[in-house]
Amino acid sequence: MNFPILSSLILLPTIGALFLFFTKSNKENNLTVKYVSLFTSLVNFILSIYLWILFDQTSSEFQFVEDRVWIENFINYKVGVDGISILFIILTTFITPLCIISINNSVKNRLREFLIAVLIMESFMIGVFSSLDLVIFYLFFEAGLIPMFLIIGIWGGERRVYSAFKFFLYTLLGSVLMLVAIISIYWITGTTDVIQLYELGIDTKYQNLLWLAFFSSFAVKTPMWPVHTWLPDAHVEAPTAGSVLLAAILLKMAGYGFIRFSLGLFPMASEIFTPLVYILSVIAIIFTSLIALMQEDMKKLIAYSSVAHMGFVTLGIFTIQQQGIEGSIIQMISHGLVSAALFLCVGVVYDRMHSRLISTYGGIVTIIPKYSVLFMVFTLAALGLPGTSGFIGEFLILMGAFKDNFLVAVVASLGVIIGAAYMLWLYKRVVFGKLVNSDLKQMVDLNKSEIVILTCLAIPTLFFGFYPEPLINTIEVSISDLIKSYNIQTASNF
Amino acid sequence: MENLELVFPEIFLSLSIMFLLLLGVFKKNSSTIIQNISIIVLLITAVITFNETIGVDETKLFNNSIIVDYLSSFMKIVTLLAAFIALIISSNYLKTFKIFKIEYPILILSSVLGMIIMISSNDLIVFYMGLELQSLALYVLATFNRDQIKSSEAGLKYFVLSALSSGLLLYGCSLIYGFTGSTNFDIISNQLNSQEYSLTFGIVFILVGLAFKISAVPFHMWAPDVYEGSPTTVTLFFTMVPKIAALTVFIRFLYVPFFNLIDQWQMILIFLSIASMIFGAVAAIGQKNLKRLIAYSSISHIGYALAGLSTGTNEGIQSSIIYITIYVLMNLGFFSSLLMMRRDEKYYETLDDLSGLSKNHPLLSISLLIILFSLAGIPPLAGFFAKFYVFKAVIEQSMYFLAIVGLLSTVIAAFYYLRIIKIIYFDKEKEKYDGDNSFWLKFSLTVSTIFILIYFIFPSQIIDVVSRINII
Repeated sequence: MNFPILSSLILLPTIGALFLFFTKSNKENNLTVKYVSLFTSLVNFILSIYLWILFDQTSSEFQFVEDRVWIENFINYKVGVDGISILFIILTTFITPLCIISINNSVKNRLREFLIAVLIMESFMIGVFSSLDLVIFYLFFEAGLIPMFLIIGIWGGERRVYSAFKFFLYTLLGSVLMLVAIISIYWITGTTDVIQLYELGIDTKYQNLLWLAFFSSFAVKTPMWPVHTWLPDAHVEAPTAGSVLLAAILLKMAGYGFIRFSLGLFPMASEIFTPLVYILSVIAIIFTSLIALMQEDMKKLIAYSSVAHMGFVTLGIFTIQQQGIEGSIIQMISHGLVSAALFLCVGVVYDRMHSRLISTYGGIVTIIPKYSVLFMVFTLAALGLPGTSGFIGEFLILMGAFKDNFLVAVVASLGVIIGAAYMLWLYKRVVFGKLVNSDLKQMVDLNKSEIVILTCLAIPTLFFGFYPEPLINTIEVSISDLIKSYNIQTASNF
Repeated sequence: MENLELVFPEIFLSLSIMFLLLLGVFKKNSSTIIQNISIIVLLITAVITFNETIGVDETKLFNNSIIVDYLSSFMKIVTLLAAFIALIISSNYLKTFKIFKIEYPILILSSVLGMIIMISSNDLIVFYMGLELQSLALYVLATFNRDQIKSSEAGLKYFVLSALSSGLLLYGCSLIYGFTGSTNFDIISNQLNSQEYSLTFGIVFILVGLAFKISAVPFHMWAPDVYEGSPTTVTLFFTMVPKIAALTVFIRFLYVPFFNLIDQWQMILIFLSIASMIFGAVAAIGQKNLKRLIAYSSISHIGYALAGLSTGTNEGIQSSIIYITIYVLMNLGFFSSLLMMRRDEKYYETLDDLSGLSKNHPLLSISLLIILFSLAGIPPLAGFFAKFYVFKAVIEQSMYFLAIVGLLSTVIAAFYYLRIIKIIYFDKEKEKYDGDNSFWLKFSLTVSTIFILIYFIFPSQIIDVVSRINII
């Protein structure tokens, strides 16, 4: 395989963004600009599907590896995918075009700049998921802050400045410690190449501190309780497309990082810190679910539900069981689809009524029925109804958790019930009930592009809910291999 | 006298200064000519330096009081090029304030001459001579806009405090002479044994003097006032060129004669570095004037460069040099954009002036955005790599405390850079500025922005160049 498919995936959106940069920004160009970016991201999506087809599911080796000297005797530009990362790449390339279609209404001014930011963001995110060198990973991981900061800050709501700063500084603070850890790893082992590090292993006496440094970064990004407070702010203030990107892709970087680096590089430390992660995850699940129950702002409610869902993800990852980690990955994919869709649903009514408060709405089922149906699909997926992808994820995670720690699993299961409560209550208050607010009567049902986007998201949600085989087949071998080497390393040390 | 060609740069520069002075005296209205000739002189000197000295093995001249090696040649070229650009983009600003006079380029040239003498000094007396030559020229430059009270105040303040620090420095030199019997770096180095604690006094005094010149905390008090009061083009010069020279002297002084006493000075350097990083970051948060803000930001950047020096390894020195080089480029870009913006004969100096700049001037704003993110050290921009190399050198010496403090202070520093970005991008716009669109301003802004942006594609080039610097 000579064609550098991963590098093309990373570069293509940037090239599209460069092209946009050199077009004139005026009203007449808006349509061209939009089609160019849509075209770029669709080509990228097709390329990533092609990657999935070529991908050999029976092997846990890294595939499509490209290795080039970047800084001599120090860092190589190395990218590659295995079963774990390929799904995230596809999720990224799938969500980006939908985002671009969705910005009809939410972004009024500076459309060109917005699209440039979105495309560059896509490049960085694919880079994060495909890099096989710690420094390259850090580079992409941090670089993603710049476009997101601008997306929240320029196109966001009233308190956008506060939220953008909070987002940026929180995540930056988390990740500088990871940089120290990465340089230390280089100093200890003489390489930052992930594949080599997997083989070499890292001396046990260093693992705890290094694990904590990585954890500080991933915990903020995930976000885990108690450093989750930036997320609701960022979500509420970001424009719809920004929230979608943030929820669907950015949050997945940390989950991916936990699996790839925390488990892969520091198994001993992961073993030691598993109780910590369990406790934080369970608190996140219960505590943020309860907070979500009390929210009056729809976006905030979904943001808190994201924290709770990510709590399940971290719980699943640290069960170190086949089912648990598989469940976590499927939960992340599913959350990527569902939370994106929910934010878009909120965006739809916000564009019409300019209010995100739940109390504004009520009884809209008769006015906009198509919307109500699709919204229901995603509500049910978010609470994990069997037949939706959300169920598969949560079920597998809880199964893994029961194998590992009964108490934690029981408490986490309670979270599922509260989750169902807040989602159904939200749906009930928005869609059903009496039509009190007479302004709502003027609402128009979904237009074509909105239907296209939401159906595009609904189809995989339902499809993978009934038939998760393609996902599980892709990740199975990689995960079982990861767990095998994890168990060998921890067994030999205890 | 053999090897005289190695000091051709200094000789050529001195002769040019004298010639230009005479030209200025005897020919009326010669400011433009002198400005242009000075620019060319700086370029030619850089070329001479490159041709005559870059490949030469370490050579000492004039009773070992001048040293020419790769470090000195590299730093001289960086100094000369930085001064070249600083001068070339300053004409329009000076004309606006009606201070476009013959003295300006000549003073710049004299201070540059002082700096390149400092850079290749291998003797305390030669070093002090160069230092005073550059300082005296800089005092006058600070007051160059003498009709403005702030400018005069800046110059006076700089003069008084700088004279004090020179005094301390000289006292340190005399102590060292007293204990070792020589002013020559090589002889001092041979005379030393690591038990000689009395020498530490001398080192401390000299370090204080040098720390003052590069405005490291706690000897930074003058910097914000002087940077604010001086004409912007002079501030640009202050933030870059003297720092390159002083940093070279730092390297030479600590690593050649006093390397054996590393236990003594390492702690001082670590303190200077940590204090500068934190103080620079925290103090800049409250600033409203852009030049003051840049003063504090330059204080914290010097902190990072010193962090590299404090490691006591070749990697550390190299990382500091890379840091200061990238810093110079970023600063150049930032000041070029500052010099572009003026309305009604008034240049933009406060943060509020930048409000909503991105609406009317998208290209300038995107350059500023890139430069500011780079100054904040966010990957994948050049500023990140500068910090990355420094912290790599620091962590290789297991100085984790320094590394963690340094990285945490980048987060604090990120706040005020983000604030500028916020003002440019998120705030309400003002009317267009009637800008200065001279070719050279655009040129230097574009070059530095593109360099910062695409540095990550070829990061090894600078390392290759710098890795030839081996002091120890």
